[in-house]
Amino acid sequence: MAEDKTNARMRERPVAERIRDFEEVPLGYTAQQAVAEAKRCLQCKDPKCVKGCPVEIDIPAFIKLIAQGLPAEAASKIKETNSLPAVCGRVCPQEEQCELTCILNAKKAPIAIGSLERFAAEAESKENTEPRRSAAGSASIAVIGSGPAGLTCAGDLAKLGYQVTVFESLHVIGGVLQYGIPEFRLPKKIVDLEVQYVKSLGVKIVSDHLVDEIDGLLKEYQAVFVGSGAGLPNFLGVPGENLPGVYSANEFLFRVNMMKAYKFPEYLTPVKIGKKVAVIGAGNVAMDAARVSLRLGAEEVLIVYRRSRGEMPARREEIVRCEEEGVKFHLLTAPIALYPDQSGWVKEMECEKMELGEPDQSGRRRPITVPGSEFKLPIDTVIVAIGNSPNPLIIRRNPGVRANDRGGIIVDDRQATSLPGVFAGGDIVRGSATVISAMGDGKRAARRIDEYLRAAGQRL
Amino acid sequence: MSEILSRKSLSPNVFQITVAAPAIAAGARAGQFVVIIPATQAERIPLTIADSDQAKGTITIIFQLAGATTRLLTSLQVGEKIPHILGPLGVPSEIEKFGRVVVVGGGVGIAEIYPVVKALTAAGNEVVTIVGARNKELLIFQSELSVVSCQLLVATDDGSSGRKGFVTELLAEAIKERPVQRVIAVGPVPMMKACCDLTREAGIKTIVSLNTLMLDATGMCGVCRVKVGGENRFACVEGPDFDGHLVDFADLTSRLGTYKDLEKKADDHVCRLLRGKNG
Ligand code: FES
Repeated sequence: MAEDKTNARMRERPVAERIRDFEEVPLGYTAQQAVAEAKRCLQCKDPKCVKGCPVEIDIPAFIKLIAQGLPAEAASKIKETNSLPAVCGRVCPQEEQCELTCILNAKKAPIAIGSLERFAAEAESKENTEPRRSAAGSASIAVIGSGPAGLTCAGDLAKLGYQVTVFESLHVIGGVLQYGIPEFRLPKKIVDLEVQYVKSLGVKIVSDHLVDEIDGLLKEYQAVFVGSGAGLPNFLGVPGENLPGVYSANEFLFRVNMMKAYKFPEYLTPVKIGKKVAVIGAGNVAMDAARVSLRLGAEEVLIVYRRSRGEMPARREEIVRCEEEGVKFHLLTAPIALYPDQSGWVKEMECEKMELGEPDQSGRRRPITVPGSEFKLPIDTVIVAIGNSPNPLIIRRNPGVRANDRGGIIVDDRQATSLPGVFAGGDIVRGSATVISAMGDGKRAARRIDEYLRAAGQRL
Repeated sequence: MSEILSRKSLSPNVFQITVAAPAIAAGARAGQFVVIIPATQAERIPLTIADSDQAKGTITIIFQLAGATTRLLTSLQVGEKIPHILGPLGVPSEIEKFGRVVVVGGGVGIAEIYPVVKALTAAGNEVVTIVGARNKELLIFQSELSVVSCQLLVATDDGSSGRKGFVTELLAEAIKERPVQRVIAVGPVPMMKACCDLTREAGIKTIVSLNTLMLDATGMCGVCRVKVGGENRFACVEGPDFDGHLVDFADLTSRLGTYKDLEKKADDHVCRLLRGKNG
């Protein structure tokens, strides 16, 4: 049967329409599609998909509820272990996780678990939940950072009855979900709803608050989770990198997503996009930057990457969407210098061609320069998307928390740092983590914090 | 959210506000700054903490009307609230007993040096404060500075107060008069650069406070990068103070110019908004 070979695809907005605005691209399942897809699930006794899920969702159970026509109940089932289903349904790389381990892969397409999760979350987002109250006298926990790691940890701890306060330095709650991932991939009203849900669990969230000294926090709180996220972006280290017109992806996306520069001057933070944009790097952030550039009106957008297609770290589906929208790929190409025009703005990028040599530590083949292959590309905007280090603030101001030489907080396999009572996860540990791996860290930390507090006799 | 407790204009384009911000006041040290968002649609702008009162839980900020977002900030009245304020940010200025120190301020930098002069004097230094402005009207914070300085010297472009000329002339004289162990310069980029050129020859360590572009101001976006000693440094988390002899001022100036041509458009928009609100 034909429909057995593929899973149901979500409807998507046509390219010509979607590249003119910041609205979401995939439209989500219809109820009919969702039920049909859910019915393909074999309801395995020993479900392999769950083993692929960093936040341990009872996948067969929620899919069964969708098949029975009970999407709101399905959402509640997901929320038993995952506080952010509408986010995960959109940005998790399911193809490397639950969908990869789905037993159906042997013969047919796996269940579209991500699309189903998104569908369930949507069905429930209309309902209102009464705020829960944490048990009086329970221990208090401080969470630093309101990104995916922090929100997950806070939500899980609140569900266990703890009093949790989240401190966020920015003016908006959600961390990378707000400043990093563009509106068309993760609408901000979805993020706001998920934050609302975490608050409804009894979590207190304080914005515009920078925590610097953890020692001070430990006087008031019995445990601290550090999820302070990404830090300074990596740059190429080539001449001309500080010219006007050269952005880090963090800066570019922060301007557009967080500060809504695409609505300038109604929103006052500016962003400048040229006619020809080069995005350096080939991860999800690079794809986001490229697609944002198109929507801001760039005529031509290039992804410049020093390895080949097979090594591109972005999700397949993001690469496909980029290509559909007209982004061009310059592979095996590395920038070596940037040059300004008369006014000082960047106007040209000198590159050299690369070829792949022996595998390096990451297991990917190392790019090596092809001698004499230099050439110049006319461009007027450069966006550098080659990763970032963990945020420097906490580590600088808290020598008691041990860090590695890349500035990441060192944790054991269950997220405990070198300082008793202090746990950490997400980008502050990993450098550049995915949303879901940060959430997995937050979840592991919550469980560990619970054990730690019980052992210390702090649990009511 | 922080309430504005008092507000006045110090010169035609420079304003002083005092806001209730106990948590910030408790930790603020000389040389640190806050990020303010004066309205939902506004930018995040960094402003130096000119003074703080831990007992009262207040901080004082001096700023120049220099575009759309500062215009929105000037439109807030006493009793109104600043929606978002974050701080204290940045590495505090290095305060030690150096000996004889010259602190140079220009423009709003005149107010920004106040906490530094105060702290240096308290640390037992002999502080010579030199301030410069286009004319007498723009000289702010004079009485405050004279209280905490050993000597307060003034230069104006038009000679309407103090020496007719530039702060660098006064700086050169102060150095000639008696040895100076350290110079601190805060103000417009050309002024800081001129001071550094002068002290480089004299071999006096000189610290400048850099007003780079900023967004998050927490070490995440990289927009505040500036070449210092040939390397990229990030002003929001590694500064704003840097060794002036290592700063690439051309790099700083060119980056500061990135959005110059859009400033007017933003400001026009805000003017229209405010006109609507007031009439
Ligand atoms: S302002 Fe963003 S890193 Fe400094």
